[in-house]
Amino acid sequence: MLSVNGLSCARGERTLFSGLSFSLGEREWLHIQGQNGAGKTTLMRALVGLSPPIAGDITWRGEAAPSPDFFRDLIYLGHHAAVKEELTPLENLRFSAALDGIELSERDALAALIRLGLRGREDLPVRVLSAGQKRRVLLSRLLVRPARLWVLDEPFTALDVKAVAQLSELIVAHVTQGGMAILTSHQTIPLANGKTLQVGA
Amino acid sequence: MSAVLAIIRRDLLLAVRRKSEVFTALFFFIIVVSLFPLGIGPEAALLRQIAPGILWVAALLATMLGLARLFAPDHADGTLEQMVLASAPLGLLVAGKIAAHWLTTGLPLVLLAPVLGLQFGLEADALGVLVVALLLGTPLLSLIGAIGAALTLGLRGGGLLLSLLVLPLYVPTLIFGAGAVEAHISGMGAGGHLSLLAALLALAVFFAPWAATAALRIALE
Repeated sequence: MLSVNGLSCARGERTLFSGLSFSLGEREWLHIQGQNGAGKTTLMRALVGLSPPIAGDITWRGEAAPSPDFFRDLIYLGHHAAVKEELTPLENLRFSAALDGIELSERDALAALIRLGLRGREDLPVRVLSAGQKRRVLLSRLLVRPARLWVLDEPFTALDVKAVAQLSELIVAHVTQGGMAILTSHQTIPLANGKTLQVGA
Repeated sequence: MSAVLAIIRRDLLLAVRRKSEVFTALFFFIIVVSLFPLGIGPEAALLRQIAPGILWVAALLATMLGLARLFAPDHADGTLEQMVLASAPLGLLVAGKIAAHWLTTGLPLVLLAPVLGLQFGLEADALGVLVVALLLGTPLLSLIGAIGAALTLGLRGGGLLLSLLVLPLYVPTLIFGAGAVEAHISGMGAGGHLSLLAALLALAVFFAPWAATAALRIALE
């Protein structure tokens, strides 16, 4: 259970939003909406603990977040590709799993990459892949690591129609199996049980 | 622990894929050290006297070359964010990155130094002391440098600021490192200098990753 109480964030001197409260339970997902510059990304970074808010508190399953338990339950995918250009998709995926203490076998990593349409690309350096393919390498993390809470910042960026549908399916499956998801997107997302939150309105 | 090994392995793999960065520092070291005998002339006694200082200053500058890129690529592509959010403690991951930096910059310098020392007519036992001093001192350079690299992360003109921050902090390492070889040559024995280097190293191994981690968290906000 994620609950946020009276959250205020600032960027530089400017307060982006203040007194933001919401809670998110199992099988629920939250769509954060707002104009460019409204503070969606800042809100997400505050939620995952990358930049502390100026006021307010965040609790995860009754304990103050961010905590080691919270990080274990969390996957955050931000604006950046977060993949190494010189390494192959396979190496990138296995490394990011190792960061979370998961020894990912080559077969499992390959299966995840193939599911995201990267068959035949797994041994090329990421440098030669397109923006959408890089994004898919990043998204393949969702398949290999179990986490209760997904925080996805603009996950549909650079993806083609087929990949958008596939990612939506992934999110639906995650949420229906008892997970939680928080996403920002300017697109409408065809998912049930969604809450919406307007930032900077 | 496996996360630390993974990050060392990844950074070594990256160094292999971007060979130019590793070789730039190495060639810089070789060329700077080789220029001195050419510029000063073949006077054996003088060369032997200045050798430790020159080798140490060159090693120090060669380490500086790659420092700015210790955390910068990870910061730019978002990997650093993922490291902060990983279940492994960030301090351990930072320690892993520093270890990888030493393996790719410090260790090759240590291995090359005796060969370059021959140009200055250093005796075999003096070369031995030089290698031991570098073996203790170069990890120290990576550790102290990491604090500077983390503090200047994301700043414009960070490279220059990094040298201004880090070079003064390198002074004790330089004094004890070069001093060890000089003391050995003059017959006083290098033990005291080497013990002090080892003490500095023990201190830095404990505090530097912690300080660098704190600086990284600030840089990411």
